[in-house]
Amino acid sequence: MAVIESPSHHEEATPSRRPGASPASRPRRIKEPASDRVLNVVMIVVLIIFCTTIIYPFVYIVSASLSDPRAVSSGEMWLWPIGVSLDAYEAIFDYPAIPRGFLNSLFYSAAAMTIGTAVTITGGYALSRSDLVGRNALTILFVLTMMFSGGMIPTYLVVQQLGLLNTVWSIILPTCVSVWQLIVTRTFFQTTIPHELLECSLIDGASDLRFFGQIVLPLSKPIIAVNLLLYGVATWNSYFNALIYLTDESLYPLQLVMRNILLENSFDPSEMTNADPARIAAMQKLADQLKYALIIIASVPPLIAYPFVQKHFVKGMMIGSLKG
Amino acid sequence: MSTDNFVDQLRVEDVPKRTRKRKVVLPGQRKISLRHRLRTSWQLYLLVLPAVIWVLIFMYWPMYGIQIAFRDFTPVGGLTGSEWVGMKHISRFVESYNFWPLLRNTLVLAFYELIAGFPIPIVLALALNAVRQKYFSRVVQLITYAPNFISVVVVVGILVMLLDPSTGILPHALNLLEITPPAFLTDPGWFRHTYVWSGIWQTAGFSAIIYLAALTAVPPELHEAAKVDGASQLRRMWHIEVPAILPIAIVLMILSVGTIMSVGFEKVLLMQNPLNLTTSQVIDTYVYEVGLKSPIPQYSYATAIGLFRSVVGLILLVAVNSLAKRVAKAGLF
Repeated sequence: MAVIESPSHHEEATPSRRPGASPASRPRRIKEPASDRVLNVVMIVVLIIFCTTIIYPFVYIVSASLSDPRAVSSGEMWLWPIGVSLDAYEAIFDYPAIPRGFLNSLFYSAAAMTIGTAVTITGGYALSRSDLVGRNALTILFVLTMMFSGGMIPTYLVVQQLGLLNTVWSIILPTCVSVWQLIVTRTFFQTTIPHELLECSLIDGASDLRFFGQIVLPLSKPIIAVNLLLYGVATWNSYFNALIYLTDESLYPLQLVMRNILLENSFDPSEMTNADPARIAAMQKLADQLKYALIIIASVPPLIAYPFVQKHFVKGMMIGSLKG
Repeated sequence: MSTDNFVDQLRVEDVPKRTRKRKVVLPGQRKISLRHRLRTSWQLYLLVLPAVIWVLIFMYWPMYGIQIAFRDFTPVGGLTGSEWVGMKHISRFVESYNFWPLLRNTLVLAFYELIAGFPIPIVLALALNAVRQKYFSRVVQLITYAPNFISVVVVVGILVMLLDPSTGILPHALNLLEITPPAFLTDPGWFRHTYVWSGIWQTAGFSAIIYLAALTAVPPELHEAAKVDGASQLRRMWHIEVPAILPIAIVLMILSVGTIMSVGFEKVLLMQNPLNLTTSQVIDTYVYEVGLKSPIPQYSYATAIGLFRSVVGLILLVAVNSLAKRVAKAGLF
């Protein structure tokens, strides 16, 4: 029985039951109760399960878009792609509605992002100035719209009366400002731009516009980034405005094209450019694959953009909403 | 996720209150007249002008247009010129055979979503905050926020692909386990579950942000003191962190009750199909159906239904707010 074990091994295996070591011989530190360690493990397991349920659908869709259609529909493919090919992605670019929708969406997002952020930053800054006469009345004017709205039909009729139906502006203008973001932006300025800065600039003779352009803007990169991201993503992801305001298919954003293909099953290969019968037959076979690929294409832009701005979320957005 | 910076930012509360006067008061210039202030701050009005114009056109003009709910809308008369008919459209809706099913569907779906979706972000935030491995916690946050940035069309698309009875992976997996998969997408009984849980999948991570922020504001001394007194982590969560979150949770709850009547309408519309209409037709989708989708749009009737919905929402908001004030001594107004 006198097998000499290496002490290190022993310690690793059963550190607490080591008979010789009295508690006093070691440096004492407050030990956390065993229940806390168990809890930590439980929480990690729960979080991992939660993450898995989020990641798995994405992995599945990516794999399915790359796999042999038969392996997917039979359920044989469940995690990694089987019979990898990029056919579905090639087919996407042959179907004119999809690239056109993609470009339309890019344009709408860029325009809405620019206009929305510009209006929000300038308006938010002015509302943050405590010396603005009528500031409270203006703030109420905005906040009220968070609780009351005209509703779907009156808004539609206004857009119609403005002559915006079936124009790109009907996608960009009606939703280009979010009052919630305006209030968050206002609060950001209130908490981050010290009043002394304004006083110094005024003494030095700067006008309000100049102070805003040269001092405030350079200090507000986080809130600008957050606004750009949220407006861009919101416009990229929206389909409903397009559904009610547009009838001209050449103006459709990607989300609406996708809704038609994915949910209304309106995929028609004969609408392809340079479609010969063999190609159409091949496309028919690819129809399901193409849906997976389409989901990927539509989610990639926001998912790429968001990690870059994520570090600003807490700084830019959270302060605003907590203090607001 | 730079929570450390955030903590610094949160504690700028001690910054002295701002003075109301904008110009430095020079000797001999004691009072600044309103006219003078207006004249000198025209640049600020210029800055806020685009936002005001936008809100007037796209928010207040439609509100003014709600009056078509009480008129018989004709294209010639426009928003304000058609004939007054009073409560005709609203009473027509209340008396219609659609009324109770629509109201029930809307309320059931909304309350299910509210109650199922409420605790999960809180639990998630508590866990994220308590996990010792901070790097792990950051990765989890990066992953759990992500679905919030994809569109509802994509989410419903994923649902359709994964749950399709003949090709979807979940029915396949259930078949392997010898369970007959339910018709997730076409069974009216399953519509609510699919809708609510896919919504939680999409937003729970992101909703946790605000609770995480509230948790970083908890003074560490509280935790230290509790530890010295021998409180376990679970106890500290329950007695320190939950009370810290509670006021924000109540405010968020009240806010979501206020918008309860307009349940995630865009997603309901996408998930709707002729087979699940008995549970998936809510007030907003019905408004869309009679107002815009039908070949003969009934603008006035649809607006009246929308107005009815808003009024019920407002009543609920006020009721829940006063309840919260009495029970939890926290409210919105």
